[in-house]
Amino acid sequence: MTGPALRRRRFGARIGAKSAAVLAVAILAIVLPFGLNAFQLTTATFVLIAAIGALGLNVLTGYTGQISLGHAFFLAVGAYTAAVLGGNDHLTAAIWLPAAGVVAALCGALVGPTALRLRGLYLAIVTIGLVFIGQHIWFNVAAISGGPGGRSFPPVTFGSFDFSAGQQLTLGGLVIDHNGLYYYLALIILAAAMLFVWNLTRGRPGRAMQAVRDREIAAAIMGVDLARTKMNAFVISSFLTGVSGALYASYLSFATPGQWSLLLSVQYVAAIIVGGIGTVWGALLGSIVIFALPSVLQSLIPQSSSGGLPIDDITSIAYGVLIIAFVVLEPHGVVGLGRRVASLWARVAGGAGEGGRLSQEAQAIETGEATWAG
Amino acid sequence: MTAFLQLLFQGIALGCIYALVALGFTVVYRASKVINFAQGSLLLVGAYLVSVLATGLNLPFALAVIAAIALLAAGGAVFQMMVLRRVLGEPVFVLVMITIGLSIVINSAIPAIFGGNARILGDPWGASAVNVGGVTFNWVRIWTVLCTGLILALFFAFDRFSRYGLAMRATAADEEAAMAVGVPVRRVYALTWAIAGGIAAVGGMFLAGFPSSVNPALGDVALRAFPAVILGGLDSPPGAVVGGITIGVVEVMSSGYAPGFLGSDFAAVAPYVVMILVLLSRPYGLFGTPPVERV
Repeated sequence: MTGPALRRRRFGARIGAKSAAVLAVAILAIVLPFGLNAFQLTTATFVLIAAIGALGLNVLTGYTGQISLGHAFFLAVGAYTAAVLGGNDHLTAAIWLPAAGVVAALCGALVGPTALRLRGLYLAIVTIGLVFIGQHIWFNVAAISGGPGGRSFPPVTFGSFDFSAGQQLTLGGLVIDHNGLYYYLALIILAAAMLFVWNLTRGRPGRAMQAVRDREIAAAIMGVDLARTKMNAFVISSFLTGVSGALYASYLSFATPGQWSLLLSVQYVAAIIVGGIGTVWGALLGSIVIFALPSVLQSLIPQSSSGGLPIDDITSIAYGVLIIAFVVLEPHGVVGLGRRVASLWARVAGGAGEGGRLSQEAQAIETGEATWAG
Repeated sequence: MTAFLQLLFQGIALGCIYALVALGFTVVYRASKVINFAQGSLLLVGAYLVSVLATGLNLPFALAVIAAIALLAAGGAVFQMMVLRRVLGEPVFVLVMITIGLSIVINSAIPAIFGGNARILGDPWGASAVNVGGVTFNWVRIWTVLCTGLILALFFAFDRFSRYGLAMRATAADEEAAMAVGVPVRRVYALTWAIAGGIAAVGGMFLAGFPSSVNPALGDVALRAFPAVILGGLDSPPGAVVGGITIGVVEVMSSGYAPGFLGSDFAAVAPYVVMILVLLSRPYGLFGTPPVERV
């Protein structure tokens, strides 16, 4: 077989394998709630909601290279938009959920221009300032946030149907409870967001973003409009984050201003690094590791074996150690780990001939895409 | 006027602690371009180490402080050699993530080991003070200013005149060129972490002095030192000092003079407001160097 033909066949096989994997993940995600108990389902729902926000951060940090630690601020903006429109004004989620994204996107558009002046870690620290200034506002403007004591958030409602605790939906014998409803809503939004980001990164605006990330000056010389590209990234990122924040607060049903802290931002950054920076799947995979790990550890470590130490502290120590170990052992994240396994598989299956070399090349190209020029 | 002088003195004393924290940040950043998010946690460890050595083992206070500096410096270097060295050459973000992991571990290990309650530091100063013309000078604050001055002088002398100081500056200027002329770059990285640890021990000790105490929330101060670092410029040790003292004074002054409509506890965010204003006119801080980029 000649080179190009072989290449085409290999390429076709890769696409086929990829769609099969995506389909398998989608089916797994749809049937998952029926195999989980209430505690596990709650964790899974939080993971999906967080993954929407993590995907937003990946657009900004992973694809455009603008390091932001201000994610907690945009989550809070989304959450409080939901609270004001849904809780104070009793509007339906069909209005407050998109509105949460839009208001957060507007805030993103206000912050965006600073990224034109500031680079790298300077921007990161200014966005830390955003978190603190935001918290100052939340603590002091009780009309929005309920003051230091916190406030309740509205459940998702569509018309007369609402998602609050105790509600359930019966579809042909299958009962979907309150947790399940939030799970599927988050799953639908996440899937749509992933499709959107996947398309975005393969089109002109997405290529511009990646050019800005890899070498800003070179991109500008080649005609990429830096202001517009960074602004796009900020707006898209904060839109997704705002929606995620609104869903998160609505599912929590109660939150205090103290919850929108720097630690929350750090967890999102951790999620995209652990998952795979600048990849669509990385946001979901990283969210699973970062946001489900504490619950998993909590159920794994028996209460009695704590040796007098508080269980929460042991859980966080294990959490921190695992993050360090993971990053040291696999700096490219879960996605990198997956690629390593895939290339190993290709080498074993395709032998050491041309097929093996080809898939290695393909792998090198793909990991090259994911490397992050700091 | 007395109130103003009182606030100014307190601001400078607080600023000295910020300067120490900021110096710890810049030393590590300058050499390896890593923002050490665990700096606050090192501070926390420093305060507990001094407390344990001075009150638990009953060492004389000065000896306890020196031992804590040595232990934490060794700890910093060992962490760099055991963990960070393994990921050299990976994107900076990976290294930053590891420092975040370290801070999560330390911030939960400290309350797990010592409990959430405050400990006493075991310092000889307590709340004692001298009063000059109506202005109260707490001894612990006077010592903070003096020791910070001493440490800064030692650091700048080391940085300017010693072989390893030169190696640190060479690594900061161009890592590959430094390696090519035989600078032991890996040892320089370990050294910067040792310096960061040693400085953190002193900073943590003074931070826990009157009216504060040794408690698990001490590490949060590092977050407020971020504006100080940025204000001065991430890669400039003199900038860290100027930024630290400026932010300390701004914070204490706004706690004294901020009008009520700005909300309660405006002093906590005032440093960030100042930082953002400065950065919008000088994007690399007051003393930072804009990077020269090759396209």
